[in-house]
Amino acid sequence: MKNSFTLKAKNTLPSESSLPPGAAGAGNDPVKMDSNNVNVYYGTKQALKDVALPIRMHRVTALIGPSGCGKSTFLKCLNRMNDTVVGCRVSGSITLDNEDVYGPEVDVVQLRARVGMVFQKPNPFPKSIYDNVAYGPRIHGMTRDRTEMDQAVETSLVKAGLWNEVKDRLKEPGTSLSGGQQQRLCIARAIAVNPEVVLMDEPCSALDPIATARIEELIDDLARNYTIVIVTHSMQQAARVSHFTGFFHLGELVEFNQTGIIFTNPKQERTKGYVTGRFG
Amino acid sequence: MSPLKGTPAQQKHLAKRHAASRRFRWYGIAGLGIALSTLLLLLATMTFKGYTAFFQARIQLTIPFEKPLLDPDGNLSQDSLGRGDYRAVLKNALNHAFPEVNNRNDKLKLNKLLSDGAPSQLQTLLKDHPEWLSTSQEIWLSASDDVDMWVKGVVPRDLPEQARHISDKQAQWLASLEENGRLQLRFNSPFFLNGDSRNPEMAGILGAIKGSVLTLLITFLVSFPLGVATAVYLEEFVVKGRWSDFVEVNINNLAAVPSIVFGLLGLALYLNLLHLPRSAPLVGGLTLAMMTLPTLVIATRASLKSVPEAIRDGARALGASPLQVVLHHVLPLAAPGMLTGTIISMARALGETAPLLMIGMVAFIMDIPGSVTDPATVLPVQIFLWADSPERAFLEKTAGATLVLLIFLITMNALAVYIRNRVERRW
Amino acid sequence: MHAAWIILAILVITGFLLGNHKAAVLARSGKLHSRPRYHGVFIALWSLFPGLMVVTLFALFASWTIDTMILKDLHGTVDQTNAMEQSVLLNKVKLVAENKMTLNEDMGITMETVLRMQTLNRSADTLVTALVMGAGLLGFGYSWNRIHREFRARQEVEKMVRILLVAASSVSLFITLGIVLSLIFETLRFFASVPVTDFLFGLQWSPQTAIRADQVGGTGSFGAIPLFAGTLMITGISILVAAPVGLFCAIYLSEFASPQVRRWIKPALEILAGIPTVVYGLFAALAVAPAIANLGKLTGLDVASESALAAGLVMGIMIIPFVSSLSDDVINAVPQAIRDGSLAMGATQAETIRQVVLPAALPGIVGALLLAISRAVGETMIVVMAAGLAANLTANPLQAMTTVTVQIVTLLVGDQEFDSPKTLAAFALGLTLFCITLILNIIALGVVRRYHEQQ
Repeated sequence: MKNSFTLKAKNTLPSESSLPPGAAGAGNDPVKMDSNNVNVYYGTKQALKDVALPIRMHRVTALIGPSGCGKSTFLKCLNRMNDTVVGCRVSGSITLDNEDVYGPEVDVVQLRARVGMVFQKPNPFPKSIYDNVAYGPRIHGMTRDRTEMDQAVETSLVKAGLWNEVKDRLKEPGTSLSGGQQQRLCIARAIAVNPEVVLMDEPCSALDPIATARIEELIDDLARNYTIVIVTHSMQQAARVSHFTGFFHLGELVEFNQTGIIFTNPKQERTKGYVTGRFG
Repeated sequence: MSPLKGTPAQQKHLAKRHAASRRFRWYGIAGLGIALSTLLLLLATMTFKGYTAFFQARIQLTIPFEKPLLDPDGNLSQDSLGRGDYRAVLKNALNHAFPEVNNRNDKLKLNKLLSDGAPSQLQTLLKDHPEWLSTSQEIWLSASDDVDMWVKGVVPRDLPEQARHISDKQAQWLASLEENGRLQLRFNSPFFLNGDSRNPEMAGILGAIKGSVLTLLITFLVSFPLGVATAVYLEEFVVKGRWSDFVEVNINNLAAVPSIVFGLLGLALYLNLLHLPRSAPLVGGLTLAMMTLPTLVIATRASLKSVPEAIRDGARALGASPLQVVLHHVLPLAAPGMLTGTIISMARALGETAPLLMIGMVAFIMDIPGSVTDPATVLPVQIFLWADSPERAFLEKTAGATLVLLIFLITMNALAVYIRNRVERRW
Repeated sequence: MHAAWIILAILVITGFLLGNHKAAVLARSGKLHSRPRYHGVFIALWSLFPGLMVVTLFALFASWTIDTMILKDLHGTVDQTNAMEQSVLLNKVKLVAENKMTLNEDMGITMETVLRMQTLNRSADTLVTALVMGAGLLGFGYSWNRIHREFRARQEVEKMVRILLVAASSVSLFITLGIVLSLIFETLRFFASVPVTDFLFGLQWSPQTAIRADQVGGTGSFGAIPLFAGTLMITGISILVAAPVGLFCAIYLSEFASPQVRRWIKPALEILAGIPTVVYGLFAALAVAPAIANLGKLTGLDVASESALAAGLVMGIMIIPFVSSLSDDVINAVPQAIRDGSLAMGATQAETIRQVVLPAALPGIVGALLLAISRAVGETMIVVMAAGLAANLTANPLQAMTTVTVQIVTLLVGDQEFDSPKTLAAFALGLTLFCITLILNIIALGVVRRYHEQQ
């Protein structure tokens, strides 16, 4: 089963090589989500200051920075998960396909169906593996019958590279899987509702190196069909998986550019200091 | 790409889902509504039926304190005043107030307007004011419970005469008294100063309150030290193992044993085996202490648990012994939480009835208990006893006593909540 | 008794001061192992415990001993087999001896007995005072002699405190043991006159008929099935009320309500939980039962004035806060990460709660409901005041039904002969009640505990 996965990962190589890190012309990709003048306050404390960051379609955008810099806060603004935090206010504009996600007519339920999310710690529901993946299609009414549902579950698990490992134990609880498998289950769960954007909040921080490698391969693979934003505390990971990188510090977006440029030729002193490991 | 609102089909589906969500939220609100409106209904019922108990119909009479009748020895001693014929004085006063009544039967009816306790009220007054002897004074005396109910309008006045306790004649007399300002609803001091009585207008809750205080005192003195010691032992000293598990499981189960079972134990242990006095606050307190102990232990343990381990480590690192760690650091920090838990358990003990029925605290007791071995009753049991009484007038007493009990309990609980919110440290 | 307490207090205080002083004096000639205060506490504790033990034992057993001796005196006047008469006479002697009643001819007791009672009481007081003083001084002397410079007073004190703590924590075990032993003992005596099968499976409950001395344990009158049925019916009604209402309260409070709302609603629910059961009983008898009876009249249904429905409804209201606070804890224990996961997929709040949070919390909620059932089964005052006494075996909640707890109260309230099967039956019912609630509690606590460990 491992073979089939590696095979798939290899298959993605051509698409990846079409955009080598730092390649010229990458900035011409269409913008999927855009943000301007984003300010976020928790009570009286300002967590983000005037952030403007474009997210390009079918590319991986990494957000890096020391802890508490606001990168996770920004990520949660993109699918309005901040709404559940008491006392959190967001101003500025964030758009999805040129539509304001904080607009008055926007339904967060619909928004989150299109902008999915994977969390830091794997959080499978206390249900069977099958039901974990079927949950999204079921609540959104995306399938008409059992066969379609089976098909949707299988497709998602295949895309998440988990199918071969779990196809014989779909009825077992999601919590019975290993940490890395659980995180891939959460990814499968997220893509089961066919989102256009997938947000990942430090998805590998709770995993061992081998599991991390598999998730990174998976991110590469997914980037062909999905727009991905990943928050990470690991600069190597950002360098490995992303096409664009934004560096956050003290609530500000210090620098945003193609990943290659950020890591090899940053324009800002602070960025340089961070990527060369002088602080963080 | 579909706009954020979605396609019409999606919108329809979404609308349905949101409606379901709103409905679900409304179930929650309805649940809370049911719970809170019953609370309000209960409090309103008790207030509505009970507040009249704090007032009492009183009749003002001109009392001629005739020396030969009231001071048979003629020496003004308390003993001599105690043997006076106050009933006769009352009769004279009534005759004086209603000179037109001379039929023997009517005089009897006239007498019935006053409480059976009126003579003893006069006696108490005279003992306090011996200088009134040989003078006439305007005195407010308690009316009988029938008059009380009549004045308060509990009994409909248009009932046929034979269906009510107040006859037409009596009603007439009352009307004339009322006209002269000699019949009024006044503050019901007997309700707060007397023990129980067969006469509703003389029955009071002081005996029950004092019984409750004495009982709670015993409960506190026994259960608090034991509870704190047990909790400290289980939380701070014991090596987790089979013994501690056993004690813990035992306490958790004991906390959920029905209170009436503790009453059975109290009956078998304290009364039948040890021959301790029946109906006494001592036994009641010991019984309630057994019931309170487990909840107290659980509450105390929770507040001990909330003290962070770092503080213990800090003290240990300075060479403090386990006892010193507990006494100097953990207990002071856990004190507000322990206090809250104790107040709440005491409030629960104060409201407890069933186990006290088992150990004979349901007897009819007129005297106000002076010590923990005197027969006594407690406030909730008094409510139970009065609720069982057939007299109409006891109904408002029951609700009135309930109001007093609720005021005590709500004060205690509010105090506990206040301490928890204001004083308790959050880590 | 008072004298004994005062002597004890004096002993403890002087013990502390003297010990402190002796140690302080010793400290002048060289370094002490423990601080002087511990020496003082060491002596104080040694002065306290022996005396305290004497006083406690005395308080517990003195009246029993005196009663036995007086009863021996009354030998001629009282029928030895009649426990009732014995206790009445004994009570009279006590009242007269304490000057609360004046002696007169037709009481059946003599001045001699009264005087003997007074003498006994007095000598008991002297005895306990002397014993306390002796025991206290012995402890004082022993501990005084152990004090010297090298003495490890702190360790000794801590050892004693530890013993004290162990003793305190074993009290709860003794309470359980006491419950079990007393219930089993009296129940066995009950089953000596009434067969177990009659009790457990009999369909007739009328203990009144069996009180006549010539037909003790009348056949078939102690069948507890109607009581079990009544308990089941009333508990069932109350759970039908409390489970949905309490659960929805908990869901609303933990998932929907803002912190401000929670801050006001939670204390209100605590007030509901703090209302004494006797008040609920009064509420049932005063407001709910008449309302239901009136409703029955309007709809043409035949409703008893003390219907099982009224008692069940009010009991349900009583356990709403119980269910809601337990479920609230359980629901709050569900990790936020799971909720976020569901919300991030575009689930509505209700979908998240119904399909993710509640299934996760289910074992805990089941545990909470079991505890609530156990609470309802053991509840007494509401049913005593609202459910009536008639032991009807019926499935109609509009009829009067009686419960196990009601019967325990009716059997034991008032002056009873302690050995009659009638009073012993109360203990058999108590044992049944204890067993049922114990089983429910063990299951519930097990379920809840395992649930919390999982989270």
